[in-house]
Amino acid sequence: MHESAKPMNAKEILDREFLQIRSHILDIAAALDRQDRADGDTRFDSRRQLLEEGLAILRSDSSDRAAKVQLLFSREYDPAWREA
Amino acid sequence: MYYIDPHIHMVSRTTDDYETLAKMGCVAISEPAFWAGFDRCTVDGFRDYFHQLTEVEPNRAAAYGIRHFTWLCINAKEAENVSLSREVLAMIPEFLDCPNVLGIGEIGLNKNTPNEATIFQEHMELAVKYDQQVLIHTPHLEDKYQGTRMILDMLADHSSMDRSRILVDHVEEHTVEPVLDAGYWAGITLYPVSKCTPARAVDIIERVGTEGASRLCVNSAGDWGPSKPTAVPDLILEMRRRGHAESLIRQIVFENPRTFFQQSKHFDLLDPATRNDG
Repeated sequence: MHESAKPMNAKEILDREFLQIRSHILDIAAALDRQDRADGDTRFDSRRQLLEEGLAILRSDSSDRAAKVQLLFSREYDPAWREA
Repeated sequence: MYYIDPHIHMVSRTTDDYETLAKMGCVAISEPAFWAGFDRCTVDGFRDYFHQLTEVEPNRAAAYGIRHFTWLCINAKEAENVSLSREVLAMIPEFLDCPNVLGIGEIGLNKNTPNEATIFQEHMELAVKYDQQVLIHTPHLEDKYQGTRMILDMLADHSSMDRSRILVDHVEEHTVEPVLDAGYWAGITLYPVSKCTPARAVDIIERVGTEGASRLCVNSAGDWGPSKPTAVPDLILEMRRRGHAESLIRQIVFENPRTFFQQSKHFDLLDPATRNDG
């Protein structure tokens, strides 16, 4: 058993990470703007659609968003892979 | 705090990095054989590399008071060349009695191909035959989940091997549970880009619970790509900032890798905190 000196509560975590998260959101917003501003259209590119699905996971109430985003960007596992 | 970096490729680092690691509390490292940034053409290329891992690097590390241990194999990327891989596999036993060799590694998958799987299984057979521990590389990015599950499938074929002597490395949020649930050790690799950050690694440690954390190690990789050899101290800082107990931090960065490595007859690291107690 490891006694924690003083685990951070939710507000303390938000206090500490708010500016960092804000910066990450701005990075994503600017990257999407950059694509939209450039010649061509990525709206129907499967990778762009994956990004949109990833953003939807961020807005969900799940407590395991990171694992869900990881699986979204993963190749499928086939338990019968040895027979392929 | 003293710590062990259980997965760092020092052949890619400068001597200055050894000095920095020592100053930050690193007392031991383990260096798995891996891809050198190019495909080697001959078995003699690997023989020279294994000489570097078993003689040259231990001496470089010792100059800074760091113990250097290593693992031998042909890595997953070059394992696509099956005939060369078999020549390397046949040569590995020449080096298994070297005093810093802990076992076979880092074997694994890269693009999850049939050839990679074949050579993975042949490495496992070698490990069983010579009673060696195993360190396993899992693929990155979109290949990680599929490759990790394939590796777990193949490991199940080797029931004679004690699962506590196998570490599956580079786990992330979506692969840590299958590895720990199957009874293996798990490693988290801290990387400035593309892999796991110290903050996400601490999230994983918090989520796996006490039992899971007892079989979890963290490492820097410190390879020839963009990487940070001092990433383990970054994790120590992150855990302290979150208010974690010093005993848990020490368990993750020192006691866990020492416990795993001590299953090898060549690992004899004493706790540096007791070094001068007579």
